[in-house]
Amino acid sequence: MPDATFLDTTELVLNMGPQHPSTHGVLRVILKLDGEKVIGTECVIGYLHRGVEKIGENRTYQQFAPYVDRMDYVAAVSNGLGYCLAVEKLLNIEAPPRAQVTRVILTELNRIASHLLWLGTHALDIGAITPVFYCFREREEVLKIFENYCGARLTTHAFRIGGLQYELYDGFEEQVKAFCDMFLPKVDEYEELLTNNRIWVARLKGVGILSGDECKEFGVTGPVLRAAGVKWDLRKAQPYSGYEQYDFEIPTGQNGDTYDRYVVRMQEMRQAVRIIRQAVEKIPSGPIGKTPKVIKPATGEVYVSIEAPKGELGYFVVSDNSTQPYRVRVRPPSFVNLQALDRMVRGGLVADVVAIIGTLDIVLGEVDR
Amino acid sequence: MADEPKPEGGAAEPGKPEAPKAAPPKPAAAGAAAHAGGHAPAKPPAPMASTPWEGELPLRLKERFGDLITQCATYLGQNFLVAKPDAVIPILEFLKLEADFDYLVDITAVDYPNRAERFDLVYVLYSFARNERARIKTMVADGAKPPTAVNVHTGANWLEREVFDMFGIQFAGHPDMRRILLPEEWEGFPLRKEMSIIQQDDRWVRENLGIESGQ
Repeated sequence: MPDATFLDTTELVLNMGPQHPSTHGVLRVILKLDGEKVIGTECVIGYLHRGVEKIGENRTYQQFAPYVDRMDYVAAVSNGLGYCLAVEKLLNIEAPPRAQVTRVILTELNRIASHLLWLGTHALDIGAITPVFYCFREREEVLKIFENYCGARLTTHAFRIGGLQYELYDGFEEQVKAFCDMFLPKVDEYEELLTNNRIWVARLKGVGILSGDECKEFGVTGPVLRAAGVKWDLRKAQPYSGYEQYDFEIPTGQNGDTYDRYVVRMQEMRQAVRIIRQAVEKIPSGPIGKTPKVIKPATGEVYVSIEAPKGELGYFVVSDNSTQPYRVRVRPPSFVNLQALDRMVRGGLVADVVAIIGTLDIVLGEVDR
Repeated sequence: MADEPKPEGGAAEPGKPEAPKAAPPKPAAAGAAAHAGGHAPAKPPAPMASTPWEGELPLRLKERFGDLITQCATYLGQNFLVAKPDAVIPILEFLKLEADFDYLVDITAVDYPNRAERFDLVYVLYSFARNERARIKTMVADGAKPPTAVNVHTGANWLEREVFDMFGIQFAGHPDMRRILLPEEWEGFPLRKEMSIIQQDDRWVRENLGIESGQ
Protein backbone atom coordinates (compact mmCIF):
# COMPACT_ATOMS: atom_id res chain seq x y z
CA MET A 1 0.00 0.00 0.00
CA PRO A 2 1.43 3.45 -0.92
CA ASP A 3 2.24 5.82 1.90
CA ALA A 4 -0.05 8.55 0.70
CA THR A 5 -3.60 7.71 -0.22
CA PHE A 6 -6.68 9.81 -0.50
CA LEU A 7 -8.75 7.04 1.05
CA ASP A 8 -8.97 6.56 4.78
CA THR A 9 -8.53 2.98 5.86
CA THR A 10 -10.07 1.65 9.02
CA GLU A 11 -10.38 -1.75 10.50
CA LEU A 12 -13.67 -3.39 9.80
CA VAL A 13 -15.53 -5.81 12.00
CA LEU A 14 -17.52 -8.30 9.99
CA ASN A 15 -20.03 -10.76 11.34
CA MET A 16 -20.03 -14.06 9.58
CA GLY A 17 -22.97 -16.14 10.62
CA PRO A 18 -24.69 -17.50 12.57
CA GLN A 19 -26.95 -17.84 9.54
CA HIS A 20 -24.22 -18.09 6.95
CA PRO A 21 -24.41 -21.15 4.71
CA SER A 22 -20.71 -21.88 4.74
CA THR A 23 -20.42 -21.98 8.51
CA HIS A 24 -21.97 -25.46 8.30
CA GLY A 25 -24.57 -24.79 10.92
CA VAL A 26 -24.97 -21.99 13.38
CA LEU A 27 -21.45 -20.75 13.95
CA ARG A 28 -20.85 -17.06 14.29
CA VAL A 29 -17.37 -15.85 13.52
CA ILE A 30 -16.58 -12.23 14.22
CA LEU A 31 -13.83 -11.17 11.87
CA LYS A 32 -11.65 -8.15 12.28
CA LEU A 33 -10.48 -7.11 8.86
CA ASP A 34 -7.88 -4.80 7.45
CA GLY A 35 -9.03 -4.59 3.88
CA GLU A 36 -9.26 -8.20 2.85
CA LYS A 37 -6.82 -9.37 5.44
CA VAL A 38 -8.02 -11.07 8.60
CA ILE A 39 -6.32 -9.63 11.66
CA GLY A 40 -8.39 -11.30 14.34
CA THR A 41 -11.32 -13.58 14.93
CA GLU A 42 -13.65 -14.61 17.63
CA CYS A 43 -15.95 -17.61 17.48
CA VAL A 44 -19.35 -17.36 19.09
CA ILE A 45 -20.75 -20.81 19.66
CA GLY A 46 -23.45 -22.42 21.73
CA TYR A 47 -26.47 -21.81 19.49
CA LEU A 48 -27.15 -25.54 19.40
CA HIS A 49 -26.37 -26.20 23.04
CA ARG A 50 -28.86 -28.74 24.36
CA GLY A 51 -27.10 -29.80 27.53
CA VAL A 52 -26.31 -33.31 26.33
CA GLU A 53 -24.04 -33.94 29.30
CA LYS A 54 -26.74 -32.88 31.74
CA ILE A 55 -29.24 -35.13 30.00
CA GLY A 56 -26.78 -37.97 30.41
CA GLU A 57 -26.79 -37.56 34.17
CA ASN A 58 -30.55 -37.78 34.24
CA ARG A 59 -31.08 -40.87 32.13
CA THR A 60 -30.07 -44.46 32.59
CA TYR A 61 -27.08 -45.71 30.67
CA GLN A 62 -29.32 -47.31 28.05
CA GLN A 63 -31.63 -44.31 27.75
CA PHE A 64 -28.77 -41.95 27.06
CA ALA A 65 -27.41 -43.97 24.12
CA PRO A 66 -29.70 -42.46 21.45
CA TYR A 67 -28.87 -38.93 22.61
CA VAL A 68 -25.23 -39.20 21.65
CA ASP A 69 -26.24 -39.65 18.01
CA ARG A 70 -27.51 -36.08 18.05
CA MET A 71 -24.10 -34.57 18.63
CA ASP A 72 -22.18 -35.26 15.45
CA TYR A 73 -25.28 -36.18 13.51
CA VAL A 74 -23.43 -36.84 10.27
CA ALA A 75 -21.36 -39.50 12.06
CA ALA A 76 -23.95 -40.83 14.47
CA VAL A 77 -22.62 -44.37 14.30
CA SER A 78 -19.21 -43.25 15.57
CA ASN A 79 -20.79 -41.36 18.46
CA GLY A 80 -22.73 -44.45 19.41
CA LEU A 81 -19.68 -46.67 19.17
CA GLY A 82 -17.66 -44.42 21.45
CA TYR A 83 -20.40 -44.30 24.05
CA CYS A 84 -21.00 -48.06 23.97
CA LEU A 85 -17.28 -48.73 24.32
CA ALA A 86 -17.03 -46.36 27.26
CA VAL A 87 -19.88 -47.97 29.17
CA GLU A 88 -18.61 -51.43 28.27
CA LYS A 89 -15.23 -50.46 29.66
CA LEU A 90 -16.89 -49.25 32.84
CA LEU A 91 -18.70 -52.58 33.08
CA ASN A 92 -15.52 -54.41 32.13
CA ILE A 93 -17.24 -56.33 29.34
CA GLU A 94 -16.60 -56.64 25.65
CA ALA A 95 -18.94 -57.08 22.73
CA PRO A 96 -18.80 -60.52 21.06
CA PRO A 97 -16.70 -60.84 17.86
CA ARG A 98 -19.68 -60.79 15.50
CA ALA A 99 -20.85 -57.52 16.98
CA GLN A 100 -17.35 -56.05 16.82
CA VAL A 101 -16.92 -56.78 13.11
CA THR A 102 -20.38 -55.41 12.35
CA ARG A 103 -19.53 -52.30 14.33
CA VAL A 104 -16.37 -51.79 12.28
CA ILE A 105 -18.25 -52.14 8.99
CA LEU A 106 -20.98 -49.70 9.95
CA THR A 107 -18.56 -47.23 11.51
CA GLU A 108 -16.36 -47.19 8.43
CA LEU A 109 -19.41 -46.77 6.21
CA ASN A 110 -20.31 -43.85 8.40
CA ARG A 111 -16.80 -42.44 8.00
CA ILE A 112 -17.35 -42.50 4.25
CA ALA A 113 -20.75 -40.82 4.64
CA SER A 114 -19.26 -38.15 6.87
CA HIS A 115 -16.35 -37.47 4.54
CA LEU A 116 -18.72 -37.34 1.56
CA LEU A 117 -20.82 -34.70 3.26
CA TRP A 118 -17.65 -32.79 4.04
CA LEU A 119 -16.38 -33.05 0.46
CA GLY A 120 -19.64 -31.96 -1.08
CA THR A 121 -20.16 -28.96 1.14
CA HIS A 122 -16.49 -27.97 1.14
CA ALA A 123 -16.43 -27.97 -2.65
CA LEU A 124 -19.66 -26.01 -2.66
CA ASP A 125 -18.09 -23.41 -0.37
CA ILE A 126 -15.17 -23.04 -2.74
CA GLY A 127 -17.52 -22.61 -5.66
CA ALA A 128 -17.59 -26.05 -7.25
CA ILE A 129 -21.27 -26.87 -7.51
CA THR A 130 -21.14 -30.35 -9.04
CA PRO A 131 -19.41 -32.49 -6.39
CA VAL A 132 -22.14 -32.00 -3.81
CA PHE A 133 -24.63 -33.79 -6.03
CA TYR A 134 -22.24 -36.65 -6.70
CA CYS A 135 -21.37 -36.94 -3.03
CA PHE A 136 -24.95 -37.01 -1.89
CA ARG A 137 -25.71 -39.61 -4.54
CA GLU A 138 -23.13 -41.98 -3.07
CA ARG A 139 -23.91 -41.05 0.51
CA GLU A 140 -27.47 -42.10 -0.16
CA GLU A 141 -26.25 -45.67 -0.77
CA VAL A 142 -24.61 -45.71 2.65
CA LEU A 143 -27.73 -44.35 4.29
CA LYS A 144 -29.77 -47.08 2.57
CA ILE A 145 -27.58 -49.69 4.23
CA PHE A 146 -28.16 -48.02 7.59
CA GLU A 147 -31.88 -47.87 6.91
CA ASN A 148 -32.00 -51.54 6.00
CA TYR A 149 -30.04 -52.42 9.07
CA CYS A 150 -31.76 -50.41 11.76
CA GLY A 151 -34.54 -48.40 10.18
CA ALA A 152 -32.91 -45.03 10.64
CA ARG A 153 -30.77 -43.16 8.18
CA LEU A 154 -29.14 -40.40 10.14
CA THR A 155 -29.40 -40.78 13.90
CA THR A 156 -29.09 -44.52 13.74
CA HIS A 157 -28.63 -45.73 17.31
CA ALA A 158 -27.14 -48.76 15.58
CA PHE A 159 -25.31 -50.25 18.54
CA ARG A 160 -26.27 -51.20 22.05
CA ILE A 161 -24.16 -51.43 25.17
CA GLY A 162 -22.80 -54.97 25.08
CA GLY A 163 -23.26 -55.59 21.38
CA LEU A 164 -25.96 -55.02 18.81
CA GLN A 165 -29.70 -54.80 18.89
CA TYR A 166 -30.35 -56.28 15.47
CA GLU A 167 -29.00 -59.27 13.62
CA LEU A 168 -27.67 -58.45 10.15
CA TYR A 169 -30.35 -58.53 7.47
CA ASP A 170 -30.31 -60.94 4.54
CA GLY A 171 -28.20 -59.56 1.77
CA PHE A 172 -26.18 -57.23 4.02
CA GLU A 173 -22.84 -58.57 2.84
CA GLU A 174 -23.86 -58.33 -0.82
CA GLN A 175 -25.11 -54.79 -0.45
CA VAL A 176 -21.96 -53.68 1.34
CA LYS A 177 -19.72 -55.36 -1.23
CA ALA A 178 -21.70 -53.82 -4.07
CA PHE A 179 -21.31 -50.45 -2.44
CA CYS A 180 -17.53 -50.88 -2.17
CA ASP A 181 -17.27 -51.92 -5.83
CA MET A 182 -19.38 -49.01 -6.90
CA PHE A 183 -17.73 -46.46 -4.63
CA LEU A 184 -14.01 -46.64 -5.43
CA PRO A 185 -14.44 -45.53 -9.08
CA LYS A 186 -16.56 -42.68 -7.77
CA VAL A 187 -13.68 -41.48 -5.60
CA ASP A 188 -11.57 -41.44 -8.77
CA GLU A 189 -14.30 -39.38 -10.34
CA TYR A 190 -14.26 -36.79 -7.56
CA GLU A 191 -10.51 -36.63 -7.77
CA GLU A 192 -10.67 -36.10 -11.51
CA LEU A 193 -12.93 -33.16 -10.88
CA LEU A 194 -10.89 -31.61 -8.12
CA THR A 195 -7.38 -32.86 -7.41
CA ASN A 196 -5.66 -31.14 -10.33
CA ASN A 197 -8.32 -28.55 -10.95
CA ARG A 198 -6.51 -25.22 -11.20
CA ILE A 199 -9.09 -23.24 -9.28
CA TRP A 200 -9.30 -25.90 -6.57
CA VAL A 201 -5.54 -26.03 -6.17
CA ALA A 202 -5.21 -22.25 -6.20
CA ARG A 203 -7.85 -21.87 -3.51
CA LEU A 204 -6.50 -24.61 -1.24
CA LYS A 205 -2.72 -24.86 -1.56
CA GLY A 206 -0.90 -23.04 1.19
CA VAL A 207 -4.13 -21.87 2.79
CA GLY A 208 -4.79 -22.26 6.51
CA ILE A 209 -1.55 -23.97 7.41
CA LEU A 210 -1.47 -25.66 10.80
CA SER A 211 1.78 -27.44 11.60
CA GLY A 212 2.04 -30.68 13.52
CA ASP A 213 3.36 -28.90 16.59
CA GLU A 214 0.55 -26.39 16.48
CA CYS A 215 -1.95 -29.24 16.21
CA LYS A 216 -0.52 -30.82 19.36
CA GLU A 217 -0.52 -27.48 21.11
CA PHE A 218 -4.23 -27.07 20.47
CA GLY A 219 -5.11 -30.73 20.80
CA VAL A 220 -6.26 -30.88 17.19
CA THR A 221 -6.72 -34.45 15.96
CA GLY A 222 -8.12 -36.37 13.04
CA PRO A 223 -7.42 -35.60 9.37
CA VAL A 224 -6.21 -32.10 10.30
CA LEU A 225 -3.41 -33.55 12.41
CA ARG A 226 -2.54 -36.20 9.83
CA ALA A 227 -2.41 -33.62 7.03
CA ALA A 228 0.32 -31.91 9.05
CA GLY A 229 2.43 -35.03 8.74
CA VAL A 230 1.71 -36.65 12.11
CA LYS A 231 0.99 -40.28 11.46
CA TRP A 232 -1.42 -40.84 14.30
CA ASP A 233 -4.72 -42.59 14.20
CA LEU A 234 -6.37 -44.07 17.28
CA ARG A 235 -7.45 -47.10 15.26
CA LYS A 236 -3.74 -47.94 14.96
CA ALA A 237 -2.35 -46.36 18.12
CA GLN A 238 -4.84 -47.84 20.55
CA PRO A 239 -7.01 -50.25 18.57
CA TYR A 240 -10.56 -50.86 19.72
CA SER A 241 -13.32 -53.08 18.41
CA GLY A 242 -10.77 -55.32 16.70
CA TYR A 243 -9.19 -52.71 14.39
CA GLU A 244 -5.82 -54.39 14.87
CA GLN A 245 -7.02 -57.25 12.63
CA TYR A 246 -7.34 -55.08 9.56
CA ASP A 247 -4.69 -54.08 7.14
CA PHE A 248 -4.86 -50.38 6.30
CA GLU A 249 -2.68 -47.31 5.95
CA ILE A 250 -2.79 -43.99 7.76
CA PRO A 251 -2.70 -41.38 5.00
CA THR A 252 -0.70 -38.28 5.86
CA GLY A 253 0.18 -34.99 4.24
CA GLN A 254 3.27 -32.82 4.58
CA ASN A 255 2.25 -29.20 4.55
CA GLY A 256 -0.73 -29.10 6.87
CA ASP A 257 -2.61 -26.88 4.47
CA THR A 258 -6.17 -27.10 3.24
CA TYR A 259 -5.13 -29.03 0.15
CA ASP A 260 -3.35 -31.72 2.17
CA ARG A 261 -6.38 -32.11 4.38
CA TYR A 262 -8.42 -32.67 1.26
CA VAL A 263 -5.97 -35.29 0.02
CA VAL A 264 -5.89 -37.05 3.40
CA ARG A 265 -9.65 -37.32 3.60
CA MET A 266 -9.89 -38.65 0.05
CA GLN A 267 -7.33 -41.32 0.93
CA GLU A 268 -9.19 -42.11 4.13
CA MET A 269 -12.30 -42.94 2.15
CA ARG A 270 -10.28 -45.42 0.11
CA GLN A 271 -8.81 -46.91 3.26
CA ALA A 272 -12.27 -47.18 4.77
CA VAL A 273 -13.35 -49.24 1.77
CA ARG A 274 -10.28 -51.41 2.29
CA ILE A 275 -11.25 -52.06 5.91
CA ILE A 276 -14.87 -52.75 5.02
CA ARG A 277 -13.86 -55.25 2.33
CA GLN A 278 -11.72 -57.17 4.80
CA ALA A 279 -14.32 -57.04 7.53
CA VAL A 280 -17.24 -58.14 5.39
CA GLU A 281 -15.32 -61.24 4.32
CA LYS A 282 -14.93 -62.44 7.87
CA ILE A 283 -18.05 -61.68 9.81
CA PRO A 284 -17.91 -64.45 12.39
CA SER A 285 -21.00 -66.34 13.34
CA GLY A 286 -22.14 -66.35 16.91
CA PRO A 287 -24.06 -64.14 19.27
CA ILE A 288 -24.43 -60.42 18.66
CA GLY A 289 -24.40 -59.60 22.34
CA LYS A 290 -27.13 -58.79 24.72
CA THR A 291 -27.67 -55.53 26.50
CA PRO A 292 -27.80 -56.05 30.24
CA LYS A 293 -31.31 -55.22 31.47
CA VAL A 294 -29.93 -53.23 34.35
CA ILE A 295 -26.65 -51.44 33.92
CA LYS A 296 -25.17 -50.56 37.26
CA PRO A 297 -21.39 -50.29 36.98
CA ALA A 298 -19.14 -50.34 40.01
CA THR A 299 -18.04 -46.94 41.27
CA GLY A 300 -15.31 -45.63 39.06
CA GLU A 301 -14.42 -43.48 36.12
CA VAL A 302 -13.07 -44.21 32.66
CA TYR A 303 -12.02 -42.23 29.63
CA VAL A 304 -12.51 -44.04 26.35
CA SER A 305 -11.96 -42.52 22.96
CA ILE A 306 -12.24 -43.54 19.34
CA GLU A 307 -11.11 -42.18 16.01
CA ALA A 308 -14.26 -40.47 14.78
CA PRO A 309 -14.25 -39.01 11.25
CA LYS A 310 -13.41 -35.62 12.75
CA GLY A 311 -10.78 -36.64 15.27
CA GLU A 312 -10.55 -38.05 18.74
CA LEU A 313 -14.00 -38.48 20.20
CA GLY A 314 -13.77 -39.28 23.89
CA TYR A 315 -16.20 -40.13 26.64
CA PHE A 316 -15.32 -39.62 30.28
CA VAL A 317 -17.93 -41.51 32.26
CA VAL A 318 -18.17 -41.51 36.04
CA SER A 319 -20.26 -44.12 37.79
CA ASP A 320 -21.48 -43.92 41.37
CA ASN A 321 -22.83 -47.46 41.29
CA SER A 322 -26.31 -46.41 40.25
CA THR A 323 -28.24 -47.00 37.04
CA GLN A 324 -27.52 -43.50 35.80
CA PRO A 325 -24.11 -42.08 34.98
CA TYR A 326 -22.93 -39.69 37.65
CA ARG A 327 -21.24 -37.66 34.97
CA VAL A 328 -20.81 -38.04 31.22
CA ARG A 329 -18.30 -35.82 29.60
CA VAL A 330 -17.94 -35.80 25.84
CA ARG A 331 -14.62 -34.75 24.43
CA PRO A 332 -15.79 -33.41 21.10
CA PRO A 333 -13.26 -33.27 18.28
CA SER A 334 -15.12 -30.47 16.49
CA PHE A 335 -15.05 -28.18 19.54
CA VAL A 336 -11.36 -28.68 20.14
CA ASN A 337 -10.44 -28.39 16.47
CA LEU A 338 -12.49 -25.22 16.03
CA GLN A 339 -10.32 -23.52 18.61
CA ALA A 340 -7.45 -23.58 16.13
CA LEU A 341 -9.48 -21.60 13.58
CA ASP A 342 -8.08 -18.30 14.78
CA ARG A 343 -4.51 -19.47 14.30
CA MET A 344 -5.33 -20.75 10.81
CA VAL A 345 -7.13 -17.71 9.42
CA ARG A 346 -5.10 -14.93 11.01
CA GLY A 347 -3.12 -13.09 8.37
CA GLY A 348 -5.01 -14.74 5.54
CA LEU A 349 -7.71 -13.41 3.27
CA VAL A 350 -11.34 -13.17 4.23
CA ALA A 351 -12.31 -15.43 1.33
CA ASP A 352 -10.10 -18.17 2.75
CA VAL A 353 -12.02 -18.22 6.03
CA VAL A 354 -14.76 -20.11 4.24
CA ALA A 355 -12.27 -22.62 2.87
CA ILE A 356 -10.70 -23.12 6.30
CA ILE A 357 -13.96 -23.61 8.16
CA GLY A 358 -14.88 -26.17 5.53
CA THR A 359 -11.60 -27.99 5.85
CA LEU A 360 -11.84 -28.21 9.64
CA ASP A 361 -14.97 -30.30 9.04
CA ILE A 362 -16.85 -29.21 12.12
CA VAL A 363 -20.39 -30.11 13.00
CA LEU A 364 -22.01 -27.54 15.22
CA GLY A 365 -24.20 -30.12 16.88
CA GLU A 366 -21.04 -31.55 18.31
CA VAL A 367 -19.34 -28.25 19.05
CA ASP A 368 -22.29 -27.07 21.12
CA ARG A 369 -23.72 -30.38 22.39
CA MET B 1 -10.17 -43.52 47.74
CA ALA B 2 -9.12 -46.67 49.57
CA ASP B 3 -7.22 -49.24 47.61
CA GLU B 4 -9.52 -51.92 48.86
CA PRO B 5 -9.61 -54.61 46.19
CA LYS B 6 -12.97 -55.68 44.93
CA PRO B 7 -13.77 -59.03 43.42
CA GLU B 8 -15.05 -57.43 40.20
CA GLY B 9 -12.21 -54.95 39.73
CA GLY B 10 -9.89 -57.57 38.27
CA ALA B 11 -9.04 -58.62 34.75
CA ALA B 12 -11.42 -58.20 31.85
CA GLU B 13 -13.52 -61.15 30.90
CA PRO B 14 -14.53 -60.76 27.26
CA GLY B 15 -18.11 -61.43 26.38
CA LYS B 16 -19.31 -61.50 29.93
CA PRO B 17 -22.74 -60.03 29.56
CA GLU B 18 -23.84 -59.17 33.07
CA ALA B 19 -22.76 -56.09 34.98
CA PRO B 20 -19.88 -56.73 37.39
CA LYS B 21 -21.99 -55.92 40.38
CA ALA B 22 -23.21 -58.49 42.82
CA ALA B 23 -26.70 -57.37 43.79
CA PRO B 24 -29.07 -56.47 40.95
CA PRO B 25 -31.29 -53.58 42.00
CA LYS B 26 -35.04 -53.88 42.19
CA PRO B 27 -36.56 -52.69 38.92
CA ALA B 28 -38.99 -50.45 40.78
CA ALA B 29 -36.17 -48.63 42.55
CA ALA B 30 -34.29 -48.16 39.30
CA GLY B 31 -37.38 -46.74 37.65
CA ALA B 32 -38.01 -44.32 40.48
CA ALA B 33 -34.46 -43.05 40.28
CA ALA B 34 -34.83 -42.50 36.56
CA HIS B 35 -37.89 -40.34 37.08
CA ALA B 36 -36.64 -38.39 40.06
CA GLY B 37 -34.98 -35.76 37.89
CA GLY B 38 -32.19 -35.23 40.37
CA HIS B 39 -29.48 -37.71 41.06
CA ALA B 40 -29.30 -38.59 44.73
CA PRO B 41 -28.25 -42.12 45.61
CA ALA B 42 -29.57 -43.08 49.04
CA LYS B 43 -26.27 -44.12 50.55
CA PRO B 44 -22.76 -42.97 49.71
CA PRO B 45 -21.35 -45.27 47.03
CA ALA B 46 -18.38 -47.54 47.62
CA PRO B 47 -15.09 -45.92 46.62
CA MET B 48 -13.46 -46.64 43.29
CA ALA B 49 -11.67 -49.99 43.43
CA SER B 50 -8.41 -48.73 42.02
CA THR B 51 -5.04 -50.39 42.35
CA PRO B 52 -1.66 -48.65 42.63
CA TRP B 53 -0.14 -47.41 39.38
CA GLU B 54 3.01 -49.42 38.85
CA GLY B 55 5.89 -48.30 36.69
CA GLU B 56 8.67 -45.84 36.33
CA LEU B 57 6.63 -42.70 35.74
CA PRO B 58 4.70 -42.64 39.04
CA LEU B 59 8.00 -43.14 40.87
CA ARG B 60 9.52 -40.17 39.08
CA LEU B 61 6.46 -38.09 39.82
CA LYS B 62 6.47 -39.06 43.49
CA GLU B 63 10.14 -38.28 43.74
CA ARG B 64 9.69 -34.90 42.14
CA PHE B 65 6.45 -33.75 43.76
CA GLY B 66 6.34 -35.73 46.97
CA ASP B 67 3.31 -35.05 49.10
CA LEU B 68 1.72 -32.83 46.49
CA ILE B 69 0.66 -36.04 44.77
CA THR B 70 -1.69 -37.89 47.06
CA GLN B 71 -2.36 -40.94 44.92
CA CYS B 72 -1.06 -42.69 41.79
CA ALA B 73 -3.58 -45.30 40.78
CA THR B 74 -4.95 -47.44 38.00
CA TYR B 75 -8.57 -48.29 37.39
CA LEU B 76 -9.52 -50.74 34.63
CA GLY B 77 -6.10 -50.27 33.09
CA GLN B 78 -6.29 -46.47 33.06
CA ASN B 79 -3.70 -44.53 35.01
CA PHE B 80 -4.47 -41.43 36.98
CA LEU B 81 -2.96 -39.41 39.74
CA VAL B 82 -4.57 -37.25 42.36
CA ALA B 83 -2.72 -34.05 43.19
CA LYS B 84 -3.11 -30.89 45.23
CA PRO B 85 -4.57 -28.02 43.14
CA ASP B 86 -1.39 -25.96 43.26
CA ALA B 87 0.67 -28.83 41.92
CA VAL B 88 -1.39 -29.42 38.79
CA ILE B 89 0.31 -26.89 36.54
CA PRO B 90 3.86 -27.92 37.56
CA ILE B 91 2.87 -31.54 36.97
CA LEU B 92 1.44 -30.72 33.56
CA GLU B 93 4.66 -28.91 32.74
CA PHE B 94 6.79 -31.75 34.03
CA LEU B 95 4.82 -34.33 32.11
CA LYS B 96 4.95 -32.26 28.95
CA LEU B 97 8.64 -31.44 29.00
CA GLU B 98 10.15 -34.48 30.64
CA ALA B 99 7.75 -37.31 29.91
CA ASP B 100 6.42 -36.38 26.45
CA PHE B 101 2.81 -35.91 27.51
CA ASP B 102 2.45 -33.20 24.92
CA TYR B 103 -1.23 -33.49 24.10
CA LEU B 104 -3.84 -32.19 26.50
CA VAL B 105 -6.89 -34.18 25.48
CA ASP B 106 -9.50 -32.74 27.75
CA ILE B 107 -10.25 -30.78 30.89
CA THR B 108 -13.47 -31.40 32.69
CA ALA B 109 -15.00 -31.35 36.14
CA VAL B 110 -17.27 -33.50 38.27
CA ASP B 111 -19.45 -32.06 41.00
CA TYR B 112 -19.76 -33.74 44.40
CA PRO B 113 -21.90 -31.22 46.31
CA ASN B 114 -21.64 -32.98 49.68
CA ARG B 115 -17.88 -32.78 49.77
CA ALA B 116 -15.98 -29.85 51.26
CA GLU B 117 -13.89 -29.50 48.11
CA ARG B 118 -16.83 -30.11 45.92
CA PHE B 119 -15.30 -30.31 42.44
CA ASP B 120 -13.06 -32.87 40.86
CA LEU B 121 -11.06 -31.22 38.14
CA VAL B 122 -9.87 -33.79 35.61
CA TYR B 123 -7.10 -33.34 33.04
CA VAL B 124 -6.77 -36.05 30.42
CA LEU B 125 -3.33 -36.29 28.84
CA TYR B 126 -1.82 -38.32 26.05
CA SER B 127 1.73 -38.87 24.93
CA PHE B 128 2.33 -39.47 21.24
CA ALA B 129 5.82 -40.78 21.89
CA ARG B 130 4.77 -43.25 24.58
CA ASN B 131 1.29 -43.95 23.18
CA GLU B 132 0.04 -43.69 26.72
CA ARG B 133 -2.69 -41.86 28.55
CA ALA B 134 -2.79 -40.43 32.02
CA ARG B 135 -5.28 -38.39 33.98
CA ILE B 136 -4.61 -35.79 36.62
CA LYS B 137 -7.32 -35.25 39.15
CA THR B 138 -7.51 -32.53 41.73
CA MET B 139 -10.16 -31.37 44.14
CA VAL B 140 -11.17 -27.75 44.36
CA ALA B 141 -13.62 -25.99 46.62
CA ASP B 142 -16.42 -23.80 45.34
CA GLY B 143 -15.01 -20.33 44.83
CA ALA B 144 -11.41 -21.48 44.71
CA LYS B 145 -9.55 -20.32 41.66
CA PRO B 146 -7.24 -23.02 40.34
CA PRO B 147 -4.50 -21.71 38.05
CA THR B 148 -5.00 -21.93 34.32
CA ALA B 149 -3.19 -24.44 32.13
CA VAL B 150 -3.19 -22.16 29.07
CA ASN B 151 0.49 -21.34 29.46
CA VAL B 152 1.38 -25.02 29.22
CA HIS B 153 -1.18 -26.16 26.66
CA THR B 154 -2.76 -23.51 24.43
CA GLY B 155 -5.73 -25.78 23.85
CA ALA B 156 -6.74 -25.47 27.50
CA ASN B 157 -8.30 -22.11 26.72
CA TRP B 158 -11.72 -23.21 25.49
CA LEU B 159 -11.77 -26.31 27.65
CA GLU B 160 -11.39 -24.19 30.79
CA ARG B 161 -13.97 -21.75 29.54
CA GLU B 162 -16.40 -24.62 29.19
CA VAL B 163 -15.65 -25.82 32.72
CA PHE B 164 -16.33 -22.30 33.95
CA ASP B 165 -19.51 -22.08 31.90
CA MET B 166 -20.91 -25.35 33.21
CA PHE B 167 -19.57 -25.46 36.78
CA GLY B 168 -18.61 -21.90 37.67
CA ILE B 169 -14.99 -22.75 38.39
CA GLN B 170 -12.88 -19.69 37.59
CA PHE B 171 -9.33 -20.24 36.45
CA ALA B 172 -6.78 -17.77 37.75
CA GLY B 173 -4.69 -16.17 35.03
CA HIS B 174 -6.92 -17.32 32.18
CA PRO B 175 -6.73 -14.79 29.34
CA ASP B 176 -10.43 -14.85 28.49
CA MET B 177 -12.52 -16.20 31.36
CA ARG B 178 -15.98 -15.91 29.86
CA ARG B 179 -18.84 -18.26 29.21
CA ILE B 180 -18.47 -20.13 25.94
CA LEU B 181 -21.65 -22.08 25.20
CA LEU B 182 -24.31 -20.26 27.20
CA PRO B 183 -25.17 -16.58 26.72
CA GLU B 184 -22.92 -14.24 28.66
CA GLU B 185 -25.70 -12.85 30.85
CA TRP B 186 -27.01 -16.30 31.77
CA GLU B 187 -27.17 -16.99 35.48
CA GLY B 188 -26.46 -20.37 37.03
CA PHE B 189 -24.11 -23.20 36.20
CA PRO B 190 -26.05 -26.06 34.65
CA LEU B 191 -23.80 -29.01 35.41
CA ARG B 192 -23.81 -28.37 39.15
CA LYS B 193 -25.83 -31.05 40.81
CA GLU B 194 -28.29 -28.67 42.48
CA MET B 195 -29.48 -27.61 39.04
CA SER B 196 -32.33 -29.80 37.93
CA ILE B 197 -32.51 -30.84 34.31
CA ILE B 198 -35.41 -28.52 33.45
CA GLN B 199 -34.15 -25.54 35.42
CA GLN B 200 -33.24 -22.49 33.40
CA ASP B 201 -32.53 -18.81 33.80
CA ASP B 202 -36.15 -17.65 33.59
CA ARG B 203 -35.27 -13.97 33.48
CA TRP B 204 -32.93 -14.44 30.54
CA VAL B 205 -35.46 -16.52 28.65
CA ARG B 206 -38.23 -13.99 29.29
CA GLU B 207 -36.16 -10.97 28.33
CA ASN B 208 -34.39 -12.42 25.33
CA LEU B 209 -36.84 -14.89 23.87
CA GLY B 210 -40.06 -13.21 24.96
CA ILE B 211 -41.52 -16.43 26.32
CA GLU B 212 -42.21 -17.56 29.85
CA SER B 213 -40.42 -20.85 29.61
CA GLY B 214 -38.36 -22.76 27.14
CA GLN B 215 -39.58 -26.06 28.52
